[in-house]
Amino acid sequence: MARSSATDVIPQLQKLLGREGVLSDPADLVVYDCDGLTIEKRRPEAVVFPTTTEATAEVVRLCNRHEIPLVVRGAGTSLAGGCVPIGGGLVVSLTRMRRILEISLRDRMAVVESGVLNLQLARALAGTGFHFAPDPSSQTACTIGGNVATNAGGPHTLKYGVTVNHVLGIEAVLGDGTIVRLGPVFDRAALDLTGVIVGSEGTLAIVTKVWVRLTRDPQDYRTVRVVFESLDDASAAVSDIIAAGIVPAAMELMDRGILAAVDEAYHFGFPTDAEAIAVIELDGLKAGLDEQLTRVAAICQRHNAREVLQAATADERALLWKCRKMAVGAVGRISPSYIIQDGVVPRTRLPEIIRQITRISAKHGIRIVNVAHAGDGNVHPILLFDERDRDSVRRALAAGKELLEQCIACGGSITAEHGIGIEKIGLMETLFGKENLEVMGRLRDALNPAARLGLGKVLPSPDAPKILETVGTCQALP
Amino acid sequence: MNPLLQSPDARPGAALRAAVRPELFLECVHCGLCTSACPTYTELGDENAGPRGRIYLMRMITEGALAPGSAARRHLELCLDCRACETACPSGVHYGQIIEPFRLAMEEEKHQGIAGWDWFRELVLFRLFPYAGRIRLAMTPVRIAQKLGLYDLAERIGFFKLLPGRLGQMATLVNPPVAQGPKLPSFLPAIGRRRARVAFFVGCVADAMFRHTHWATLRVLQQNGCDILIPDGQGCCGAIHYHAGSRAGARSAADANVAAFDLADIDAVIVNHAGCGAMLKEYGLHWRDEKQADRQRFAEKVRDVNEFLDQLGLIPPQGPIEVAATYHDACHLAHGQGVTSAPRRLLQSIPKLELRDLAETEICCGSAGTYNLNQPQMADRLIRRKLENIVRTGARIVVASNAGCLLQIGREVRRQRLPLAVVHPMDMLDLSYRGEQPELPKANGAP
Repeated sequence: MARSSATDVIPQLQKLLGREGVLSDPADLVVYDCDGLTIEKRRPEAVVFPTTTEATAEVVRLCNRHEIPLVVRGAGTSLAGGCVPIGGGLVVSLTRMRRILEISLRDRMAVVESGVLNLQLARALAGTGFHFAPDPSSQTACTIGGNVATNAGGPHTLKYGVTVNHVLGIEAVLGDGTIVRLGPVFDRAALDLTGVIVGSEGTLAIVTKVWVRLTRDPQDYRTVRVVFESLDDASAAVSDIIAAGIVPAAMELMDRGILAAVDEAYHFGFPTDAEAIAVIELDGLKAGLDEQLTRVAAICQRHNAREVLQAATADERALLWKCRKMAVGAVGRISPSYIIQDGVVPRTRLPEIIRQITRISAKHGIRIVNVAHAGDGNVHPILLFDERDRDSVRRALAAGKELLEQCIACGGSITAEHGIGIEKIGLMETLFGKENLEVMGRLRDALNPAARLGLGKVLPSPDAPKILETVGTCQALP
Repeated sequence: MNPLLQSPDARPGAALRAAVRPELFLECVHCGLCTSACPTYTELGDENAGPRGRIYLMRMITEGALAPGSAARRHLELCLDCRACETACPSGVHYGQIIEPFRLAMEEEKHQGIAGWDWFRELVLFRLFPYAGRIRLAMTPVRIAQKLGLYDLAERIGFFKLLPGRLGQMATLVNPPVAQGPKLPSFLPAIGRRRARVAFFVGCVADAMFRHTHWATLRVLQQNGCDILIPDGQGCCGAIHYHAGSRAGARSAADANVAAFDLADIDAVIVNHAGCGAMLKEYGLHWRDEKQADRQRFAEKVRDVNEFLDQLGLIPPQGPIEVAATYHDACHLAHGQGVTSAPRRLLQSIPKLELRDLAETEICCGSAGTYNLNQPQMADRLIRRKLENIVRTGARIVVASNAGCLLQIGREVRRQRLPLAVVHPMDMLDLSYRGEQPELPKANGAP
């Protein structure tokens, strides 16, 4: 049966959400063409802004009756096209569900609506002695709902775990419009459906409310930047620190290419001839931190570190973290377009994948600069190109694909925190094999029958568009 | 670069498509990290109301992929031009240099011919605002009403709502009368050892409504060893014209100012209101003609008074002011000029003054030049948000370094009858140098 167009149900949507809750004028939809991934675009037929879980469920039911697909969107900072309605239909924006409903320090828990910004929660918790641990680099703009959808990480993932480790409960709308509340905060003995839904990128349910775990602030920090003569040395040092049984709060890498952009943005004063800089943070009980730091410094020096400099003040530490977290956004200073990859390898294979990145860059004639959550083997090679130049787009995509294939070959994965979105769907079969994908498909069908939520995302299907194949015809960012 | 721009473009909207240098768009990599800094996006959650969306819209129009229709214009007009997104942007996108010429072209197009004639723009913005004398004259009825105690009543019963839209908005913005002080002289000598020789920029609205702050600023500069020249022949900075779409009007204001100041004779041109300061500092960017080099030289000498005193090294004032205060960042100082720590350091030099952090200090108060006259609904949402944050600090004084913010915050404080004083940092420093105390309004809004 042919599905309806979203334009047919605009009056019903307006009745549900009010006129200001629906965008349907074609000129108002333009900005929803894409998210942080700009090489693939699809304009939604309408954008809706529900303000409650019930209204979201009503929208889902209405769309079900008319067989209209929906894609959920938060701040639109996805780097994998996760917010793009590739299968057509509606965008459900949760940006007007942005209330922090409860902060309970006694229970070490906060209850937030999905549209609450990660930073908004961080600010609300400042000074309480607690924080929400996931701190993705986009935390100044991204939403908690987006963090849940992608199972986001961030630098401090290394010690504190990813989003799923900090979600105690969710309220969500399933594909048939049913509202469910899941998670240990409601029922400890149940199946771990929260674990299933967190990271499913809105293809199993639309999460509208989240009960998050709050983590006690560490007693103290030691934050150092280590200057290395090569990325190779830096990655070997990181690998050795982990092997020595030390678990820093974070271990981050930036190479020379990205450092230039970052320093132009924030004037930190990184040495201009440094090939790589590692930002290593140790935290926890004050006692023992200095001893750990001495061990970390010794390992770095064994790998030819030029200097190990400790952030002297809280301001300096904050600026160092700002430099690292905003690095990707600073790429506009060195290139008109980029794709950032999100490969993962076992930490011992880090030096190897770094060498592969250099090789692939040369092979395809695509400049690559690097940031990495090195401590957990998560590399973010940033492929620079000019999207007005079709040939460079094709070369960048080919290089990106080869890079991720190398990650798989190293025993790793194609995403750690950005998600599959629409970008990496073509590699899903290589990574998981047919059987695993089929299980995932069955799970999706159970929670999201007809795959109307997030149609065309994450799980490949014969009729879903694949980015690596459609790029020849895709409309580049103007 | 863009084939559409190479051959003469005769289709409607040609001026819009040529307004922005296309390479400026390429700085934006569409990461979205700016969105949370944007006041209108924060309020509405609609990406059309955020910087990334607006850049995308302008880029689509520039490249001919989107017709410059009313929807897109509405989204672009809703922008405060507060430039918080520039502070947030890691890639250094020059958002102001994109949206300002684009909106200028939009305004120019809108006001072509008889049909586009706008009485408010032509009479109030261009013929009244840029002239301090005329503003004073126009305010006479309000001042008389204030003296008779009728203004307060009129405000309370909503009389000003009867005045046509933007005029009513304007009347409610007028601050309560204070002793303005005499006309500014042409020279004031340094007190003590001479440390610098500066020229003072007077402006228009600032002079008409905040002459007392001008006097405070001059006294503070004197206390800090500055000889001060106040040259004749200067006038409005041109920002009012520029933002209302009169490029030529703005240019003649700029050129009059450039001609009035003898740069060889001074260390800096001092300005004490952020909106004027941001405009003066951008004189070198807005027009490309034979006078550009002169304007650029002038722009390089301009210093905000907070920035200047902080760099010079403030001679600490001695008079204690034992009160809790909070500092609101004027957009055109924080985002437009990157001056955030200097005013805080200056205020903290006042003995006993407790400076409290203001949540969302970087979010615009909704004043934004003439924005509160043109977009009163959004401006009201933003000022209520601002006041909530101010009240939460528990401070008795809110300090801001811009005329627009002072008027906007002042009006909302009167509307809500809050026991808050709204002053400029120079007012505070001046009081401390003179060993005087600020006048704190009592609860219930009684003066």
